[in-house]
Amino acid sequence: MSKEEGGSAVKSPGAEPTLGTDPFEDTLRRLREAFHSGCTRPAAFRAEQLQALGRFLQENKQLLHDALAQDLHKSAFDSDISELIICQNEINLALKNLQAWMKDTPASTNLFTKLDSAFVRKEPFGLVLIIAPWNLPMNLSLVPLVGALAAGNCVVLKPSEISRGTEKVLAEVLPRYLDQSCFAVVLGGPEETGQLLKHKFDYIFFTGSPRVGKIVMTAAAKHLTPVTLELGGKNPCYVDDDCDAQIVANRVAWFRYFNAGQTCVAPDYLLCSPEMQERLLPALQSAITRFYGDDPQSSPNLGRIINQKQFQRLRALLGCGRVAIGGQSDECDRYIAPTVLVDVQETEPVMQEEIFGPILPIVNVQGMDEAIEFINRREKPLALYAFSNSSQVVNQMLERTSSGSFGGNDGFIYMTLPSLPLGGVGHSGTGRYHGKFTFDTFSHHRACLLCPAGLEELNNIRYPPYSHSMQELVRWALGSHSCTLL
Amino acid sequence: MWSRPSASVPRFSCVLDPAMEHEVQRVRQAFLSGRSRPLRFRLQQLEALRRMVQEREKDILAAIGSDLCKSEFNAYSQEVIAVLGEIDFMLENLPEWITAKPVKKNLLTMLDEAYLQPQPLGVVLIIGAWNYPFVLTIQPLIGAIAAGNAVIIKPSELSENTATILAKLLPQYLDQDLYIVINGGVEETTELLKQRFDHILYTGNTTVGKIVMEAAAKHLTPVTLELGGKSPCYIDKDCDLDIVCRRITWGKYMNCGQTCIAPDYILCEASLQNQIVQKIKETVKEFYGENVKESPDYERIINHRHFKRILSLLEGQKIAFGGETDEATRYIAPTVLTDVDPKTKVMQEEIFGPVLPIVPVKNVDEAINFINEREKPLALYVFSHNHKLIKRMIDETSSGGVTGNDVIMHFMLNSFPFGGVGSSGMGAYHGKHTFDTFSHQRPCLLKSLKREGANKLRYPPNSQSKVYWGKFFLLKRFNKEKLGLLLLTFLGIVAAVLVKGWPVTPPQPSPGRTGQWDPREAWKDCTSHLAEAWIRLASVGSAQENELMPVAASATSLVVL
Repeated sequence: MSKEEGGSAVKSPGAEPTLGTDPFEDTLRRLREAFHSGCTRPAAFRAEQLQALGRFLQENKQLLHDALAQDLHKSAFDSDISELIICQNEINLALKNLQAWMKDTPASTNLFTKLDSAFVRKEPFGLVLIIAPWNLPMNLSLVPLVGALAAGNCVVLKPSEISRGTEKVLAEVLPRYLDQSCFAVVLGGPEETGQLLKHKFDYIFFTGSPRVGKIVMTAAAKHLTPVTLELGGKNPCYVDDDCDAQIVANRVAWFRYFNAGQTCVAPDYLLCSPEMQERLLPALQSAITRFYGDDPQSSPNLGRIINQKQFQRLRALLGCGRVAIGGQSDECDRYIAPTVLVDVQETEPVMQEEIFGPILPIVNVQGMDEAIEFINRREKPLALYAFSNSSQVVNQMLERTSSGSFGGNDGFIYMTLPSLPLGGVGHSGTGRYHGKFTFDTFSHHRACLLCPAGLEELNNIRYPPYSHSMQELVRWALGSHSCTLL
Repeated sequence: MWSRPSASVPRFSCVLDPAMEHEVQRVRQAFLSGRSRPLRFRLQQLEALRRMVQEREKDILAAIGSDLCKSEFNAYSQEVIAVLGEIDFMLENLPEWITAKPVKKNLLTMLDEAYLQPQPLGVVLIIGAWNYPFVLTIQPLIGAIAAGNAVIIKPSELSENTATILAKLLPQYLDQDLYIVINGGVEETTELLKQRFDHILYTGNTTVGKIVMEAAAKHLTPVTLELGGKSPCYIDKDCDLDIVCRRITWGKYMNCGQTCIAPDYILCEASLQNQIVQKIKETVKEFYGENVKESPDYERIINHRHFKRILSLLEGQKIAFGGETDEATRYIAPTVLTDVDPKTKVMQEEIFGPVLPIVPVKNVDEAINFINEREKPLALYVFSHNHKLIKRMIDETSSGGVTGNDVIMHFMLNSFPFGGVGSSGMGAYHGKHTFDTFSHQRPCLLKSLKREGANKLRYPPNSQSKVYWGKFFLLKRFNKEKLGLLLLTFLGIVAAVLVKGWPVTPPQPSPGRTGQWDPREAWKDCTSHLAEAWIRLASVGSAQENELMPVAASATSLVVL
């Protein structure tokens, strides 16, 4: 637990004198040895680690708020509800249910195995790597970490080098709370991460872009390491004509402009009829003004773009279609105003890449069928949103499309439910997590069958030589369909 | 499991085979038509598959028989029974599995619908293996159809008779656009893997498993890899060796040792070795007769390459019995090797043949170390009368699955997930697990467009009381008992406000307060206090929570009054 040694984090190459050229080797060997010693397996140890993680959140609240404000200009409210509370919630849930989750689950037996004891054991994979992104740098590092620790693994956490403030806190403060023989934070950019991925892990949990996702999975294939890939995509948001424009505008605007649009589950673009667009524009303007005031740049509640590279990319996207609302930007502040684009062509860059910024293009479709066709022409998104007063429309959208998750008449409020997993499908990722799903992700489900050591007579049916009468017996027993033997 | 020589797998080139691409496109179009989705269609296809197995049983058994020199009865009991059982299991349970599963809600979402909806993934590729060419191809297919997917089936080219019969029979019974068979060797498989799928299930060896996963990574396709490994079998001295050896002999020499979960080697104390050899020898005689070669129940090695590979494993080993071979018929007798050195070749690769090495160890600790020093196996077998020892082996090792006091049997139970861990594979299937493997469990939250007032809490501009309320709503999960208490408290507050503020006009100044008492102000004030109190409560350990609940309720009433 709280061993007061600051230097568990591996610094990028050169910062720390290590033997050979690989800065990770020693750390990884140490963690693997710790895992083999079995120290992470007892429930008491896991609970201790989770409690320590909770203490880390509580005792460093100000530090974390400051770091998030520094990285993304997050207000305390935004930091709380999108990062710290969610992490705390996951910790509480894991602590409360740890015993139940760890317990062997009995499996039902068939005639052949009626006398046996059959159960599924949840055992830790071993050494787990978590690679976190910069957009929700605490949430997306700690939520997987909670499940990985609860499942009894040793963990290497690689926070994003882009969200520097949070990276620093995670590297310098977090290891003081956790058992350093079982946990390490490693730092570095793409090059160091590439080097890290050459090593063998027993599980890799990656959150980021599909492009890097492919690199991670290719590297994992070399060691046959299973992966969870939490990627992104362009999340469509369909608005039916029968909606109250103001209510839709409130909900969409909040989710789109939250964290300056840098949320993987944010609605990426709107699909609606031209008439609905006419009603939505003033409603969106009204929502933006109510949320962020007349000058959004001075609002404490609007985030900033993470870095210059992203800022330049987003500013270029402002040239697509026609700006209906917003469109202002300030390079020094990396500020981009909450923006709505109209008259957008499908082929323009803003409709080709995940926007990941406070820009909302509106694409006109004639109705639900065209919207569904539009959505199905593209890669499966991480999330899909449909607004309508008619439950039929919502259900049609749900049934005839595919996406990681689905929100009817609201944005990503389902993120607050640990009982609903987060995860993509197709290009938006593989695997899922949150709550018990994270625990299951980081556990191998091992089938265990204990047979009676005696009662050999019962087994004679399966041993050769196989006589004709026995064959007939087996056929008859199965032909009757009275039971399923296998 | 062995599937094909790894050295001859060519690297990927960038050119797509247009014919192959066309086939996959055809299947994808069929999937996009949506006709694989309705429950009735799925049930109907599964019934058609069952009809195929029943009506064409003779053809299927003959094909399996000629691939592995297998008797009809063995082919039936090892391959066909499992398929029929799985189809029946699916037919029975599918209507329940495809329904949406409601999930627990929190206070913020308690008026909404929250559930997990299983949806098909799309076009699934199933690459089968040659050792059980029918069941290892068809069992995943059953789950893929049940989950509503379109499927491309690639049987192993090494078991060519079964591959041919599948390509002939499946289109006669199943939808011809949704489910197709593509036959071919390494080259065709390589081409096939360049195409984009929505899931790939591969059964085979570790080397090809890596190639499959790497190809899948290019399209971000999830994979299930059913691989092999050296599955250890530990025999404790506290057990009935007669029974143990019968069970091991059955599991090891079944299908001529070409079973992915067969016990690969025995770990035991040196003193047990001779007895084990003797008893296995007797059992072999009992099972297969004096002349094993003549037994209809004993199979042959799949091809010459594997025959030679297994022969090479015998070099320099102490053969306790067996060892006879016949190249012309690819026959290798049931063989046991004793005092095997762990560094020799037979202990370096999966044997996948009727050769059983015994490696002496001093005790159970050494056995556990021995197992943990190697790659995680697909299966682990432990024989002992001592239950604690079996539990200990399970606790201190890792493997895909375990059977205590028997072999193979955990495979037979479809309530178990069947799959490996580490180099023995990833993902699992059988029964419901196959359905889950081929489904996307889509989380859905459906709200109403009304009740916008409640959303004010999350919209900016923000305040401290919003933070408290946010914590309150997010940290507590929806729970009926707590909701009752909450409601009571709420009613208490309403009553208090009413009593204090409502009937009195003009309002009287409250004692201890200066100025006028404004019910709106008081309301605002007390709600944020209330929220804070509840949050404090939420952070208290769950054990004490219930006892503290009434205390908090009365505390809030005090705040109000």
